[in-house]
Amino acid sequence: MSDALETASNRENLKKVVIDPVSRVEGHGKVTLLLDEHDEVREARLHIVEFRGFEVFIQGRPYWEVPVMVQRLCGICPVSHHLAAAKALDHVVGAAQVPVSAVKMRRLMHYGQILQSHALHFFHLSSPDLLFGFDSEVARRNIVGVAAEYPEVARQGVLLRKFGQQIIEATAGKRIHGTGAIPGGMNRHLAREDRDRLRAQADQMVSWSWEAVALARRLHQGMAPDYRDFGLFRSRMMSIVRADGAMDLYDGQLRFRDANGNILLDGVPDQEYMNVISEQVRPWSYMKFPYMRDSDPETGWYKVGPLARVQNCDFIPSPLAEAERRAFIAEGGGEPVHETLAYHWTRMIEMLHAAEVVRDLLDDPELLAGDLVATGSHRREGVGVIEAPRGTLIHHYQVDENDLVSMCNLIVSTTHNNQAMNTAIRAVARRYLSGRKLTEGLLNHIEVAIRAFDPCLSCATHALGQMPLAVELQAPDGTLLESLHSGA
Amino acid sequence: MSKPRLRIATTSLAGCFGCHMSFLDIDEHFFELAGLVEFDRSPLTDIKHCGPCDIGLIEGGVCNAENVHVLREFRRNCKTLIAVGACAVNGGLPAQRNHLDLEACLREVYQFREGLTDPCVPNDPDLPLLLDKVHPIHEIVRVDYFIPGCPPSGEAIWKFLSDLLAGRTPRLPQGLLHFD
Ligand code: SF4
Repeated sequence: MSDALETASNRENLKKVVIDPVSRVEGHGKVTLLLDEHDEVREARLHIVEFRGFEVFIQGRPYWEVPVMVQRLCGICPVSHHLAAAKALDHVVGAAQVPVSAVKMRRLMHYGQILQSHALHFFHLSSPDLLFGFDSEVARRNIVGVAAEYPEVARQGVLLRKFGQQIIEATAGKRIHGTGAIPGGMNRHLAREDRDRLRAQADQMVSWSWEAVALARRLHQGMAPDYRDFGLFRSRMMSIVRADGAMDLYDGQLRFRDANGNILLDGVPDQEYMNVISEQVRPWSYMKFPYMRDSDPETGWYKVGPLARVQNCDFIPSPLAEAERRAFIAEGGGEPVHETLAYHWTRMIEMLHAAEVVRDLLDDPELLAGDLVATGSHRREGVGVIEAPRGTLIHHYQVDENDLVSMCNLIVSTTHNNQAMNTAIRAVARRYLSGRKLTEGLLNHIEVAIRAFDPCLSCATHALGQMPLAVELQAPDGTLLESLHSGA
Repeated sequence: MSKPRLRIATTSLAGCFGCHMSFLDIDEHFFELAGLVEFDRSPLTDIKHCGPCDIGLIEGGVCNAENVHVLREFRRNCKTLIAVGACAVNGGLPAQRNHLDLEACLREVYQFREGLTDPCVPNDPDLPLLLDKVHPIHEIVRVDYFIPGCPPSGEAIWKFLSDLLAGRTPRLPQGLLHFD
């Protein structure tokens, strides 16, 4: 009954409570709750309220602009969009085999990004809830509060993020919205000075990441028993995995598991995502609801991101992170772990993996020299799939005979988690809010559940929506800029 | 004797959060800043409405009614309002949609796309009204300073803020001032 609280009957007679904006997440979202006269929650929805129209205005642009343009979907994980687009366009330019040096540069960039984004999410955004408590004082519940009380934790968080950003800068030229990947390869090698400077810090980053895993584990295991099933729901899981079952965040084939951990589908080539995933539209959110085509929207949805990935792969191909993965799996005692707050622990395991991958890659001489671009006979279509920090990211393009993009379809990580996040907040609403007087601290419980998914609502706002009301927009001097009215 | 701290608020309108990330790219300076200022409404805090502030940083242009509302709230409350980044300064990439017909776009993405179940254009009253065009923020309110760049670098933001906090007229030297 995942959707019991999606739509209340007799909505008009209910009291509405709004959390707007959802804070300490990336992007723009709001939550609406409808309560009856006994303060029982009757409806809870996470709405994605903005749209920026990328899928539409990218059409008609030359395909080579795309990897640079799409980064502006999201300033937290621009590298994911940059690389997913480049991977899709590798197919368009017929680069059957992207040269080894280029792939390694892209991997370095990508794992640098995983490191910075996971650090940002854990330290800057979520740690205040975990360290101080969900209903602790608002004024303190942020990274500044953490810096005052746990200065070393905050310092390591800031420096881990900085290191990831420096990796991106060294591979893409800028920390945010650079240029590095191009269709068929890369436009640069790593400079030797950058390599030396970054390599000198890499061991420290691995050991701080390891400490972060220990911290996340301690916080999880130390949680009061009734928080262990906070926002709990059982669902399917999806991610890409390497051919041998290893975790690979840059490339692989799609694998789905059911809630008991049994594999439902495996080895689905990225080009065929359309055959297995469909998206449902619901009138109250600009974010669509993806699900597996062989089922229906009610049962076929799944979760993505660290909690899914760590359990979907067979092993993590770096020693420290693999040991931590095993410790995590042992926690489930043979069953998959579905605890929403376990996202944080698995996120830190992935950060450790990223730090290990970055350290090892930096020793690789192929980053400094070798072919960078391949081409072949052009094709009209390509799909690029990558594991972004928040989950599976799919870019799909078609180009016309003039090399202009004629179709663009994006399914971003946060969209895959749409049903999962809504289900989690309904579980929290039912368990902690229903029948009680709503305080700021209780409302923050809802946001704590959303934050666990590290949603990037920026990414999720790529499509366009419609106008439900009427408004007039005036300039500061009172002149009318726009007048709007309800659409269809 | 401690001086009262300056208050800073930040928000993202129709932006990608990249300007906020660049703000965090001041790295360790963040701790210095935290020693000098207090944060009001910002995606980094849980304060949902902007109170009286000294400095407001705005990322992103204006694409819907909600953005207009938040921007006006910031202008009312912030002594100094700064447009940070290409989107706030001139609309940026999202303004690419300005030459398209909104209704047609909506139908294309939510109704006519292949692979959709229950296609319909979302129309719930909880979704804020979209504007036909994306506007730079100075078209809606008075703006005191503009920092270009997509995003401006962390260094540029730090230079700008430290000038302002020290009571100097903020100035970005060559090298820090860029438009990409
Ligand atoms: S100016 Fe650039 S970095 Fe800043 S919000 Fe706009 S697209 Fe993002």
